[in-house]
Amino acid sequence: MNTVWALANVVVLEMVRRKDFYVLFILTVLLTGTAGSVNLFNDRSIVRYLKEICLLLIWVSGLVIAITCTARQIPAEREHRTIFPLLAKPVTRAQFLLGKFLGCWLATGLALALFYLFFGLVSASREHSWPVANYLQAGWLHWMMLGIVIAFTLLGSIVFAAPSSNGTICFVCSAGMLLLGRHLNKVALSLAEPLQSLLYGLYFVLPHLELFDVRDLIIHNWELIPWGVVALATLYAAAYAAFFLFAAWLIFRRRALN
Amino acid sequence: METTLSIENLRVEYRSRDLGESTKVAVRALNLRVGQGEVFGFLGPNGAGKTSTMNVLLGFVPPTSGTARIFGVDVREPIARQRIGYLPEQTYYYKFLTAEELLRFYAGIFQIPKAETEQRIDAVLKLVELDHARKRQIKTYSKGMQQRAGLAQALINNPDLLILDEPTSGLDPIGRMKVREIIQRLKSEGKTVFFSSHELGEVETVCDRVAILHQGELKTEGRVSDLLREHSANLEQIFLNLIGFTSQP
Ligand SMILES: Nc1ncnc2c1ncn2[C@@H]1O[C@H](COP(=O)(O)OP(=O)(O)O)[C@@H](O)[C@H]1O
Ligand SMILES: [Mg+2]
Repeated sequence: MNTVWALANVVVLEMVRRKDFYVLFILTVLLTGTAGSVNLFNDRSIVRYLKEICLLLIWVSGLVIAITCTARQIPAEREHRTIFPLLAKPVTRAQFLLGKFLGCWLATGLALALFYLFFGLVSASREHSWPVANYLQAGWLHWMMLGIVIAFTLLGSIVFAAPSSNGTICFVCSAGMLLLGRHLNKVALSLAEPLQSLLYGLYFVLPHLELFDVRDLIIHNWELIPWGVVALATLYAAAYAAFFLFAAWLIFRRRALN
Repeated sequence: METTLSIENLRVEYRSRDLGESTKVAVRALNLRVGQGEVFGFLGPNGAGKTSTMNVLLGFVPPTSGTARIFGVDVREPIARQRIGYLPEQTYYYKFLTAEELLRFYAGIFQIPKAETEQRIDAVLKLVELDHARKRQIKTYSKGMQQRAGLAQALINNPDLLILDEPTSGLDPIGRMKVREIIQRLKSEGKTVFFSSHELGEVETVCDRVAILHQGELKTEGRVSDLLREHSANLEQIFLNLIGFTSQP
């Protein structure tokens, strides 16, 4: 476990010292600030609209951070050849993958914490309230969802050779699932047979990322989700992440490095 | 003498789509033994199969056939790598880390206790003369400094066997001399050093024994002094002869 932590720590340090995260954060702040400055009256619907814009930016940034950070890990290790001195030490390939996963996930979590803090400030400046439990639930589920995305991207970085194409593929798949996931079954019904069963099958097999999207909870200040449901969603995310990581390990385990 | 490293009938083949599904034999029927405390020079021109052999020793590539053992343990077991230090060719270490952080990271992987880690870091940074730059990010290092950072990481676990892949390539004469000095220091501490090179002058001065590899085949192997006497020529001439190169009159 120490080995996995050591690996994860380097990934987190990398994110903290690189510029891309700060760029996204500042962009989000600026765009939200611009949108907010348009709102001169303290109209409730406009506050909502502001929160919606801010959350949308946070969701897009979250995906971008999670995917770019993960997609470059293994290709960079190979390109800079650091994978050689690393795996020449008593590190198993499973530990290597787990460390990379954990690091990307923790780094993304740090970024999310900062983004949600900003969201809380924006919201509090208009509504003068801090529904902390709501933020915790929304942020937690968001983070769990990104756990699935990170595991999937890590798998992708082993399957596809080019890091940029892997990043694009993972982004399109994740965004597609978030937007269309809940409608896949209905779309399936409108198709002809071989495709219908295929899409229907996908509807049942693919992880439903959109389930983790509870933005309404903090836009409309809805009642909290029962904690049991949150726990179930966490398990659901853990199961998918574990599945993708396991697949990555199966491929990576015997791969010759040269 | 106790055997630290042994290679038996090793064959390494590459098969890839880039090669049009044909196979490329990088190493064939290689047998080697390196004893404890020896400095062993693994020589050969570019493409001879030196790196391929090392890749097997470190478990990066499975042998096509044959076996390799380090301290008697098959190299396919990760535990075989607990007591070795490895310096790969041309590695660009995590440039956003400082030398100190890099070494702390690798020490963590060996699960070296905290207090001991700091001692080791001080010792290896002093040995490779990077003490003054230990708090600077690696992206500010010159090529020679990066190579020495690489040597430092190879030494962090106080290994009994060092595997160095062309440790002096790309360095200026002073850098090369420093690396040679470090190898000699390690030898005096009783460490076993297995290193590849194609620069023969330096090999003569530091190696106990050498092996010369060409196109994946072992051409000769023995004590440097014996080879020099047998062929009554210097190592460079022996090397050129063995790989079938005859200079124009
Ligand atoms: N990944 C690979 N795929 C195909 N051939 C390779 C690969 N790596 C090395 N080779 C070939 O194997 C031979 C030995 O290479 P290498 O072990 O790197 O030599 P050296 O380290 O002695 O310069 C060379 O002919 C090289 O072209
Ligand atoms: Mg080589």
